[in-house]
Amino acid sequence: MNTLIQKLWKMRGGVHPAFHKDDSTRQPIQHTAIPPQLIIPLQQHVGHLPDLKVAIGDTVEKGQMLASVSAVGIGAAIHAPTSGVITSIEERTIPHPSGLAGSCIVLDSDGKDDWGNQRLAPLADYRECAADELLQRIEQAGVVGLGGAVFPSEVKLASAGEGNVETLIINGAECEPYISCDDMLMRERAEEVIVGIDILMHLLKAKRCLIGVEDNKPEAIAALNSALETLGAAGNAGHGQIEADQGSNTQLSGDSSDSASLAIQTVSPIASAPRIEVVAVPTMYPSGDAKQLTRILTGIEIPKGVRSPSLGLLCHNVGTAYSIYEAVVAGKPLISRITTVTGNGIQSPQNFEALIGTPFSFLVEQAGGYTDKAERLIMGGPMMGIALPSDGLPVVKACNCILISSRDELRLNDHDPADDERLVMPCIRCGKCMQACPVKLLPQQMYWHARARDFEKVAEHNLSDCIECGACSYVCPSHIPLVDYFRFAKTEMKAQQQAAIKSSQSRERHEFHEFRKAREKAEREEKRRKQKEALQKKKAAAADGKAGEGDSKQDAIKAAMERAKAKKAALKAAAKNKQDNSDAV
Amino acid sequence: MQFDTRITSLVNDAPDISQLMKQVLYALIPAVATLLYFYGWGVLINLVLAVVFALALEGIALWVRGKPVKPFLKDFSAIVTACLFALTLPPLISWWLILVGLFFAIIVAKHLYGGIGYNPFNPAMIAYAVLIVSFPLQMSQWPGAYSVTGEWLSLSDSLSIVFGQMDADWDAITRATPLDEVRTGLITGQSYQDIVAGDHFGWLSGVAWQWTSLAYLLGGLYLIKARVISWQIPVSVLAGLAGVAALMWLVDSSIYASPLFHLFSGATMLGAFFIATDPVSASTTPFGQLVYGASIGFFIYVIRTWGVYPDSVAFAVLIMNMAVPMIDYYTQPKVFGDSGRAVHGKR
Amino acid sequence: MLMAILVMVGLAAFFGALLGYAAIKFKVEGDPITDQIDQLLPQTQCGQCSYPGCRPYAEAIAKGEIGINHCPPGGDSTIQALADLLDVEPLPLDEEAGEHSDVPLVAIIREETCIGCTLCIQACPVDAIVGAAKLMHTVIADECTGCELCLPPCPVDCIDMIPVPQSTDNWVWPEPATLGKIPIKIEVKA
Ligand code: SF4
Ligand code: SF4
Repeated sequence: MNTLIQKLWKMRGGVHPAFHKDDSTRQPIQHTAIPPQLIIPLQQHVGHLPDLKVAIGDTVEKGQMLASVSAVGIGAAIHAPTSGVITSIEERTIPHPSGLAGSCIVLDSDGKDDWGNQRLAPLADYRECAADELLQRIEQAGVVGLGGAVFPSEVKLASAGEGNVETLIINGAECEPYISCDDMLMRERAEEVIVGIDILMHLLKAKRCLIGVEDNKPEAIAALNSALETLGAAGNAGHGQIEADQGSNTQLSGDSSDSASLAIQTVSPIASAPRIEVVAVPTMYPSGDAKQLTRILTGIEIPKGVRSPSLGLLCHNVGTAYSIYEAVVAGKPLISRITTVTGNGIQSPQNFEALIGTPFSFLVEQAGGYTDKAERLIMGGPMMGIALPSDGLPVVKACNCILISSRDELRLNDHDPADDERLVMPCIRCGKCMQACPVKLLPQQMYWHARARDFEKVAEHNLSDCIECGACSYVCPSHIPLVDYFRFAKTEMKAQQQAAIKSSQSRERHEFHEFRKAREKAEREEKRRKQKEALQKKKAAAADGKAGEGDSKQDAIKAAMERAKAKKAALKAAAKNKQDNSDAV
Repeated sequence: MQFDTRITSLVNDAPDISQLMKQVLYALIPAVATLLYFYGWGVLINLVLAVVFALALEGIALWVRGKPVKPFLKDFSAIVTACLFALTLPPLISWWLILVGLFFAIIVAKHLYGGIGYNPFNPAMIAYAVLIVSFPLQMSQWPGAYSVTGEWLSLSDSLSIVFGQMDADWDAITRATPLDEVRTGLITGQSYQDIVAGDHFGWLSGVAWQWTSLAYLLGGLYLIKARVISWQIPVSVLAGLAGVAALMWLVDSSIYASPLFHLFSGATMLGAFFIATDPVSASTTPFGQLVYGASIGFFIYVIRTWGVYPDSVAFAVLIMNMAVPMIDYYTQPKVFGDSGRAVHGKR
Repeated sequence: MLMAILVMVGLAAFFGALLGYAAIKFKVEGDPITDQIDQLLPQTQCGQCSYPGCRPYAEAIAKGEIGINHCPPGGDSTIQALADLLDVEPLPLDEEAGEHSDVPLVAIIREETCIGCTLCIQACPVDAIVGAAKLMHTVIADECTGCELCLPPCPVDCIDMIPVPQSTDNWVWPEPATLGKIPIKIEVKA
């Protein structure tokens, strides 16, 4: 139905890794069983740690809010993915490249998966709702950007403002190798995605929407187009008003496939369908980076420090659009996500609708277990993912893929000294990295300065613009782990910045300390001087004939000093064993 | 289950250094064949000796510096340096000159600066420059092309000459190179047109040189196609040279050689495609490469025309090597989304 | 030959002029030297340099009264930075001043032992300890500079120095070259 021909702009740089997506798209998305125990990290998003709403020992229902958006700043709420008992709230290793621990809620499920009355009221007639109400719902449901940024969606949408966004860009490019969760989502739940987009368009008052999908996903493109057709046709025919099946909420609870079964028939036709267009973009990593996709689709390069709504643009991931659909129309908070479990270390690679907090090992079991090639565990794809130490870690909102594979299949460059072939050689300045960099950086120069720890120079070469896509490392003939140097330089620079802030604060505090000491001293002296003066006056007065009074005053002072001495002695006694020769004062 | 997290960069199946270097060697094949055809065994002897010496010196240098020898020897970079150097030498040159040259290339120009990736100057050109300054006579004894002299020296005779067992009758076998001939001709007042009317001049430059140059051009185009080198440097070198040459030629075509002659004489093509493009010592930003290449072209012309050496590619490249850090600094590309921001962080 | 020399000389003059121009154009407006030195000092305010705080030490260096190598918390990197700034030779750290610790430290008060004597509060150069007489004291970890000045006055030795705890906020991605798997040493071209 969309005959508009969308002009595409060419991406600069980029690479063509082996995509390996077929392995995990052979089977439909599976709903997992309910794991016996869920580990739910509190920090799963950009922003502040949310405020805990439950305590150890509490029994929670499915969808119950466990932690709410922090009172001090932006963040996202966390909900119970299933019903059960909170058995502990403690520090556990979280899926983070540092391997450090973070606070987690441990939830022992009761197997009932009981919503109770926690399901949010469906807003099936969302087009009648004010933007504020929808935003509030999105916030309430803990929706964050599922493309990898995990930025709170409500904040992003609210700061865009109503009517500022002309073109909404929906990112379905999914350019990273191995990952197929967005692909499967678009294939199987295209209508829901479109409804989610309609909600976004309504909320932003966007004029049009471009859905960018890489052309290696023809099924997804076809599914989206046919969904647009069905929903749009329904809209044109003008029948089938909203029939939100409110009553079905509770009946649905307990059914793990609730989100899918609260299907599209409850949704009204989509009037905005003609303004939504699915655009196939050429397959090229990293076309799925938001700024890159924006440029490919619109030709607009968003400069650093400029917010895209000020250029009339906003980009959201398809997964986020789907979660928004679930939050608004199905009243379901973000308690599960589609995760690809793949790699040659997995018996039967596939996609799961996994509850947040599900241990990786549980998903692996559902995917038939490990093969003997299971050597490395990576969360995310091979280009940008992070290597994790254990399969006991939980699925978080950012977890789009669990890649378990052998070192050789991924051609990991782990610098095994025995491996001549992948030895890191010096940079020969061949410029391949520069040609591959989509942001037009000079990785070879940044690398040079980062190694010399000359971070000022690194910053001058615009390190902060690096999207850490790894295209440069991928092409480097010397096998230099460039992107790791950049991550190192970025975190190190941040640490140095923090140290600089702290030292300037210390300087100020020290100055204040000195000032305070000086002031106190001055005050003391002033006081003493006054006392002296008063005394002299009195003495003079006494000399005038009122003898005796001064003595009594002096006695009083003596007594006070004695008291002070006694106090000191007491202090000293308290510090009994201490061999401090000096006076306690 | 526990997993190893010892991963730095995740995937990499791009060609590595040795593959790039091998492609450079493949690209040299046509030129080597042409040279063999015109100059006989001497060319091959140069190449073989240079490769052997280079590998030995590289191995020693790595061992002394405590570096892993095998992987670095396997990167083929020493072989490429050796071949490029050998191809700039006159055939039948004494073996020890090759050794001396490579000592400067591998030990001084490369390893004293920190080995591959750290050499600010092109090693092969350092070697050439050292030899031509120290041994100008030997370095300009180019035998005449076989097609001109009609004399084909046997392998054993060639070897004997190279190893000093037999004294060559240099006067009989050497011929001035076309570049020399043009220069001396012009100095003695002949017009350029008269000089190139000589029998061993072809339609571009000297017969042997023009075909060799074409062979280098062919190899160079392959390198660009295979993305081993970028087009910026060769194109700008040739354009820079041709530009100045054309200008001067237009001023007076009887005392200045034609641009075509310059493009297809001496080491122009070798320099443009194989030497100026040595990534380590060249500029690395796209715009910087244009500046770098054009300047090399300019200096090739200037030194050729007004200098005293038989060819000037080496000096031109070395001069510009010195300017690379500065060129790179001032030619950073604008980053994505950046249309007006100052690139140096200083505003 | 003459030409070659001329070209070289001309080139040298050209690049010299360019560099000179760049030096003028990109010249940074300088702070007074004391401020610049103070900026480089770690602001631990520990007094190990024998001056009462970083600023006085900076003033003393600026006046040339004392060397640049008396700041143990800053260690070699601070000495190097000062050497660069003042264009002098970097010296090894003066061992008499104290030892450099690579891990940043923070003070922590064992609260059950604390007797609330307020002595540490008076010693802290940045007022990072809170508490009142006879009440338990606490160190504000974010503000503690790790100067250790509060240790000696404590009559009950209840203050410990511990490494600053690592969190995902202050974690630094390991430098690939330090993973020990790469056979190439860092070589910095001068
Ligand atoms: S690709 Fe690797 S070797 Fe080539 S310039 Fe970049 S960092 Fe250096
Ligand atoms: S990781 Fe950074 S420097 Fe490397 S290609 Fe991507 S954006 Fe460019």
